[in-house]
Amino acid sequence: MNPMLTALARMLIFPGLLFAVPAAWFFLWVERKAVARMQERVGPPFMQPFWDFMKLLGKSTPPRPGIAGFIMRAWPLIAVGSAAGAVGLLPVLPLSGGFEGDLILLLALLELPSICIIAAGFSSRSIFGEIGSAREAALSVSYNIVFLLAIVSIAASQHTFRLEALAAMHPTFLTVLGIVAILICLPAKLHINPFSLPNAEQEIYSGPMTEYAGPELAMWELAHGLEWVAATGLVATLVAPHIALAWGTSLLAGCLFVVLSVAVVLLLSVLAAATARLAIDSSVRFYWQCTLIFAVLAISSALFVRFWL
Amino acid sequence: MKLWKRLMCTARRKSPWLFHMNSGSCNGCDIEIIAALSPRYDAEQLGVLLQGSPRHADILVVTGPVTNKAVNAVKTVYDQVCGPKAVVAIGSCPATTNVYIDSRTLSGPLDKHIPVDVYVPGCPPRPDAIIAGVVKAAVLLAERGMNATAGPPPLAQNASGSAQDDSSVGSGVVREVQP
Repeated sequence: MNPMLTALARMLIFPGLLFAVPAAWFFLWVERKAVARMQERVGPPFMQPFWDFMKLLGKSTPPRPGIAGFIMRAWPLIAVGSAAGAVGLLPVLPLSGGFEGDLILLLALLELPSICIIAAGFSSRSIFGEIGSAREAALSVSYNIVFLLAIVSIAASQHTFRLEALAAMHPTFLTVLGIVAILICLPAKLHINPFSLPNAEQEIYSGPMTEYAGPELAMWELAHGLEWVAATGLVATLVAPHIALAWGTSLLAGCLFVVLSVAVVLLLSVLAAATARLAIDSSVRFYWQCTLIFAVLAISSALFVRFWL
Repeated sequence: MKLWKRLMCTARRKSPWLFHMNSGSCNGCDIEIIAALSPRYDAEQLGVLLQGSPRHADILVVTGPVTNKAVNAVKTVYDQVCGPKAVVAIGSCPATTNVYIDSRTLSGPLDKHIPVDVYVPGCPPRPDAIIAGVVKAAVLLAERGMNATAGPPPLAQNASGSAQDDSSVGSGVVREVQP
């Protein structure tokens, strides 16, 4: 098939926009429902994230004059675009194309929404937004080291930066270690409970999002949902090697991908419901002192395997 | 276009986000609002979420008799809520100033300063009544979206500063219902 067409189909249909946007709402609902069930509540109805999104689209926004206002409006759109692009890059279906080094592009696109959040908080000029952005920046410096080291260790053990090759690799002790390290980083990447301090509602209102309203906020919600899809999807593709190749059909691969992603969402939601928010110093210390050791171990053993065995 | 409008109305009815504002309340009603969101009553099954920022909210939930110190804050926060919006007065204080009536430190009741859509009487009202009031306000928001695109005018254009003449704003009274 024409590689251009394949790439377009991946970006727009599966696992791109047409799949990713409903999946984003579904994952947001699963997270809220799981937290509600853990607290012995009934929780929101199935369509709730969709209704929230529609309602926000119909609300007015305060006037934002000048170039600062334009920049402020642009951040959520950039975040949505990059998160959707990250979902589109995931190697879900067999022989779906891809290129050498698309792992690096995926990591960059996964990182862009949190950079947008930091910039949005500062450009909103709200004191709460600035505090939230500073926290997000500190947190992102901490977890990203571990996150990147874990992914690089997996890639180094496979001698490739190509996502499709990583998705089809045989699981080894090293990759399991790497996946666990990625899972530990996900709560901070998705701002859920033990590491939810950039948008700690009881302290700084909504953090970087404080000044956003209406359609802009809807875009932030969508970007957050797409981040969920991309991050859990990355874990799902790494966890299940050969899903596509061993069983052949694309349909089965797609279903398994969704099921695994939902399992990761459930795991993270239960963690979020069971824990309380950590302060910024404890969060940073957690990543720099407790988790970094494992990431360094993973990457050094990966390099050892690569060059000496 | 009509389909879009109906979809929007359903969305407004199903997703009321609250901002809670205390204008000098004794904290009794605030505790009841929190109780309405707690597992026992769980307002989230109706889509109700308590938001940290007034920019995110649809419904401004006000408690307290509006003290002199709180007037400007109430007006500012009302203007910060983006339209379409509704105001729910929780308890007897914002409706009538309750036992503090004629106090020189008050400038209530609330509807002297901002248009109020739903009154939930009680001292304090039960959480069921608060949830009923919020749902009523959400239905009002949806109906308003069906009839006209614009919500109530911003305070600056409200010549008298009073909302009593605003006949488009419903004043549905939610009575306390014993479970």
